[in-house]
Amino acid sequence: MSNKDAYWNKTKNHMIVTLVLWAFFSLVIFMFGSELNTMSFLGYPLAYYMTAQGSLLAFVIILFWTANKQEKIDEEHGFSEREDD
Amino acid sequence: MFKGDFIQNLPKIYGTYTGGFIVFIILMALAEQAGVSAKNIGVMFVAFTVLIYALIGYLSRTVQVDAYYVAGRQVPTVFNGMATAADWMSGASFVALAGGVYFGGYTYMAFLVGWTGGYVLVATLMAPYLRKFGCYTVPDFIGTRYGGNLVRACSVFVLFIASFTYVTAQINATGTIASRALGIPFEAGVWVGLISILICSMLGGMRAVTWTQVAQYIVLIIAYLIPVFWISSNVGGGIFPHLMLGDEVARLGELEQQFGLVKNSAADMKAAGVPGGLKYISGTHSGVPEGGMAVWKYLSLAICMMVGTASLPHILMRYFTTPTVRAARKSVAWSLFFIFLLYSSAPMLATLSKLALMDPNLPTGIIGKSISEVQSIEWVQRWSEVKQVFIADFNGDGILQLNEWFMRGDVVVLATPEVAGLPFVISGLVFAGGMAAAMSTADGLVLAISNALSHDIYYKIINPKAETAKRLLVARTLLVIIGAAGAYIASFRLTSILGSVAWAFDFAMSGLFFPLVLGVWWKRATREGAIAGILAGIISGTVYLTWVFPKFSVPIWGGVNTPFLGIDHLRFGLIGAPICLVVMVVVSLMTKEPSPATQKLVDDTRIPTGKAILGKQH
Repeated sequence: MSNKDAYWNKTKNHMIVTLVLWAFFSLVIFMFGSELNTMSFLGYPLAYYMTAQGSLLAFVIILFWTANKQEKIDEEHGFSEREDD
Repeated sequence: MFKGDFIQNLPKIYGTYTGGFIVFIILMALAEQAGVSAKNIGVMFVAFTVLIYALIGYLSRTVQVDAYYVAGRQVPTVFNGMATAADWMSGASFVALAGGVYFGGYTYMAFLVGWTGGYVLVATLMAPYLRKFGCYTVPDFIGTRYGGNLVRACSVFVLFIASFTYVTAQINATGTIASRALGIPFEAGVWVGLISILICSMLGGMRAVTWTQVAQYIVLIIAYLIPVFWISSNVGGGIFPHLMLGDEVARLGELEQQFGLVKNSAADMKAAGVPGGLKYISGTHSGVPEGGMAVWKYLSLAICMMVGTASLPHILMRYFTTPTVRAARKSVAWSLFFIFLLYSSAPMLATLSKLALMDPNLPTGIIGKSISEVQSIEWVQRWSEVKQVFIADFNGDGILQLNEWFMRGDVVVLATPEVAGLPFVISGLVFAGGMAAAMSTADGLVLAISNALSHDIYYKIINPKAETAKRLLVARTLLVIIGAAGAYIASFRLTSILGSVAWAFDFAMSGLFFPLVLGVWWKRATREGAIAGILAGIISGTVYLTWVFPKFSVPIWGGVNTPFLGIDHLRFGLIGAPICLVVMVVVSLMTKEPSPATQKLVDDTRIPTGKAILGKQH
């Protein structure tokens, strides 16, 4: 397998992992909204908290994490851009 | 080298700007103490900020094609994040989001998840690859990847429908805010808004829009957050509402029980003469509606908004302006961070606002008090005069019940500072913030449309030999025409027939999402597949919209139709996008595999390093 193919495979897998996390926080937890709402977090009902703040925060964290991870994959395969490019 | 200096000095420049704006707020507060009227403070807030944006727009003028289309690709990560956040958060987000949560509760908050989660799709599927490609516009990518004028023209068509639906609503919002703040008629407000928008974008294109959007973000976030924190401490919510409102949310649940959630009949409301557009609380604040259909309604709305976000050209084109591919990725993360600051505050503002009105233990509470007492409150009188709030004593007991208090959603943002006893300077600040939010989105949209028409239709299809000066002249002329067309429609208040802002998301996802994604992720996708997919998606989506939306279905289909699987007019992208996908895959597999040159082009797009597919100037 060429370096490019190996790079693309890793990128693809990373994309899938990211989208699984995304689907969890955007879709899966809201399938169980009424069950989650019986629990509480910071005093808020949990489903309410997730849609008002929690999932939003999760997306922000996922985005920074995924960008850093992808940069590592770039570096491993020698496709990292120079800062001043 | 002014340019290099300018980019390096950005933190200093915008730091000074932010400091200056805070000094201006303090000056206005002093002016209020000195007896300057509330109206004049509002005028000064809007006039001062708009003048600053115009100045930035003028200073960013350019005669370079790449500066005009992609800000010279030198916008640093964090600043591009701020610009995208301003581009994204419209007048509607700023003014109406908290109101939506106030009345809609949990169900409405599917919008919050949808309008933020979409950025994960932008970052993983689109932004870095489009940046590597080096295109000027979204149709530029589709036209080059699939090859040919027809596919390019089809994507411009979808871009036009989606963005134009959106832009009239934005110009409408600009006009509303300008007219309220400046005390001029709505029609005049629309044209004032348009001129401000054009000054910011015409001379410098993307470069000017970028630097004004950063300035607008700073104003709008200050204008949103200061009232939220201040109100919170005033009504006893604690100084950091995001972490501290758990008890207040629970208290709202108790109050809902105490007052009772009653649904008014349409006949009662009509008899009482409730003005159109005003709503009352009939659902719970934090409760989750039971049943499979309720879950599906939540999820389907979130899906449409997320996929739509990842297909909106005026957002995607912001990531063409970063210096590198990795900067584009990081920039998406920063964009969402800046958006999060406002979006996570909207539900808190809604909670505080509701509590301020409902809790009888608070001096601001009005529900449960006698109607004559409520009608003598100053802010109630002022907002009643302009038909933004309304009281109807259905049971005739002279006491204000929860279902007897009507209010327009916008009032939550515009009046809560006043209700909670904040000085008027804060209301002036809120006007300036709303204006910044509406202008920044309108700028981005008008530019997205006119760039696609000037670059993809005029330069790439009609006159490929055009010289730079001619191209920029055409681009600027189109910008004025598109802006004027949007303002013309807005000034006649025809926007109601254009329906909801959500439609823009559904149009974009129906025609653009899969052609963009498959263009990068599936080498086998062919030109014929893309053309068929775009057309099938946008046509089926639009036909479904006419079928399901009563205002269209009655004249066209001769009656009101029940939405298929609960897919109503806010969610018609769920029809268009899957059809687009299926048609695109089937037609691609039936046609000849793309040429080796095209496959190499896709390979190169996937790798961050190396030359861009399209040259620096093209």
